[in-house]
Amino acid sequence: MENVGVSQNYMLKQRIKSAIYFVICVIITLICLVPIYLLIVNATHSHNELIQTPVSLIPGGNIVPNVKAIVTQYTNWNVWRGYANSLIIAGGSTILTVFFSAMTAYGLTVYDFRIRDGAYTFILAVMMIPIQVTSTGFVQFMVGTLGLANSFIPLIVPAIAAPAIVFYMRQYMKSSFPLDIVEAARIDGCNEFRTFISIAIPMMKPAIAVQAIFAFVQNWNNYYTQNMILLSKAERFTMPMMIQKVLRVDKNINLGAQYAAVMLSIVPIVVIYVCLSKFIVGGVALGGVKE
Amino acid sequence: MASTAQARIKSISYAKYGYIFILPFFLVYCFFQIWPLINTFILSFQGNASTTGEWVGFDNYSTILFGNGGRSAAAIASDFREALLNTVILWVGNFIPQILLSLLLAVWFTDSKLHIPGKGFFKVVMYLPNIITAVSVAALFMQLISNQKTSAFNGWLLNHGHDAIEFEGGMTYASSPGWSRGIVMFIQTWMWFGNTMIMMMSGILGINPSLFEAASIDGATSGQTLRKVTLPLLRPMVVYTLITSMIGGLQMFDIPYLYHTDRASLNEHLRTAAIFVYENFHVANMKQVKYGYSGAASVILFIITVILGIIVFRMNRDEDEHRKKKERKALVKEAKAQAKLARQGGVL
Repeated sequence: MENVGVSQNYMLKQRIKSAIYFVICVIITLICLVPIYLLIVNATHSHNELIQTPVSLIPGGNIVPNVKAIVTQYTNWNVWRGYANSLIIAGGSTILTVFFSAMTAYGLTVYDFRIRDGAYTFILAVMMIPIQVTSTGFVQFMVGTLGLANSFIPLIVPAIAAPAIVFYMRQYMKSSFPLDIVEAARIDGCNEFRTFISIAIPMMKPAIAVQAIFAFVQNWNNYYTQNMILLSKAERFTMPMMIQKVLRVDKNINLGAQYAAVMLSIVPIVVIYVCLSKFIVGGVALGGVKE
Repeated sequence: MASTAQARIKSISYAKYGYIFILPFFLVYCFFQIWPLINTFILSFQGNASTTGEWVGFDNYSTILFGNGGRSAAAIASDFREALLNTVILWVGNFIPQILLSLLLAVWFTDSKLHIPGKGFFKVVMYLPNIITAVSVAALFMQLISNQKTSAFNGWLLNHGHDAIEFEGGMTYASSPGWSRGIVMFIQTWMWFGNTMIMMMSGILGINPSLFEAASIDGATSGQTLRKVTLPLLRPMVVYTLITSMIGGLQMFDIPYLYHTDRASLNEHLRTAAIFVYENFHVANMKQVKYGYSGAASVILFIITVILGIIVFRMNRDEDEHRKKKERKALVKEAKAQAKLARQGGVL
């Protein structure tokens, strides 16, 4: 009898604890969501409504005029062009990053050659070097020496060399890519590149998917590098730069349009995230540099 | 047939393909990363503005570190010192709440005795701020809480008969960095705690579950389990997070740089080291570009990063492989020593 009492007591304690923790989690979740929710709600109100009630929780019906106003309000820049540019840069970099990282990882795993260990150690060693410490030389070389200001080349091509992703892909191959398959392909007369493209890449799909998502998000969000290279041509500005410009306007402010512009930059990424959250949350712990 | 084919294949050397496969990576890396890095070092020994391209030795370093060379040099040195200090303050202020919060949540989410409903949902939502563009995050918070009277928070204050607050620290609040730094720290924590939490969770899930079982059979309370089992075993993960976060903190740019209403009032209390570098090479007039100062500051940041990076590198290295290599070396040494001894005709 006493034992039952103890266990019931214990269960009750655990339940109360769980309930308290649940409430705390709900509060933290609200802190995460409220700013985004306020933004979306505000994007549906007109400028005058926003002046009268800056904080409201009920959506209004002004979303379409606000989105239209983004274009009519800011004639100096085409905001949609910004989204298209970001898409080109992020898409191009993502494809290059995952393909060449998989290729490098494949080369480092499948073949045995003299500098292999040295090359891998090098990749590990440079994984942590942030762009900020090389940016002075990068800008001077790209803009000053090569004259590539306003070009997308310095923003897309460097994606071929992504040490952290090579590291991750190599780890993945080591654990789930049997080298016997390569030998079998050779016996069947498959050449090395075809083996890589039609056997290794399909087998690495999970790793490639996770890294592609991260690479895309990272490049879509990148502001620092783009801001260094895309200096003067407005038609080359990317989405984050557009947002910056829209918010810096001080004449004829239309708050509704500002909120709508910021909302449009967040919504696509949030939608992608919600659809792929399983992969993303699963992939976070697998490497990458953070702030 | 098969065996001859196999034998033929075994006899072919595939080493050259290894080089071909890793070649694009190294070509691109050298062109876009290594050379810019070397170039940064070169630029750090060259002049600024009108003297760009002239060799000046260690002048830039002595200017930004010690302010040698007149009044303007002293101003630059104090700017740089302030930038480093700001970086440290902002980093500490965002890392401490971030690691505490994420440790706490990770422990709760991985505790099998607790039943918190909707764990998966919480994880997804808490990671959400991390994937939003930093510019949009800054813009979002600028719309909600900033100097502008039209920002949501100030609008609310004005509508309720209070004075607007200069959250960014402006003319009247120039001496009180509290609001602006606090808000930037909050935004950074808001953006990154979900990421850290997931790292911590993977660390905790990597701990052998039988240890937790043993602890609970021995009657350990959850507090004791946390202190005596989870935290000690999680230490490598915490150290790893700490150092990667430090390296990331050195790069802190987007949020502090963007949290101000107009270009002219870029907040002194938020100017980080990365912003210092950026402001020196990113100027509208190419004749005033100060590659020397930004190069020297970059090199200093690079040295700090390398020191931190070596620590991470040692942790990331495959421990087993490293030990094997060491043992192999020791064996070879021993064998050589014995061979030498044998040659000399000595006995052990």
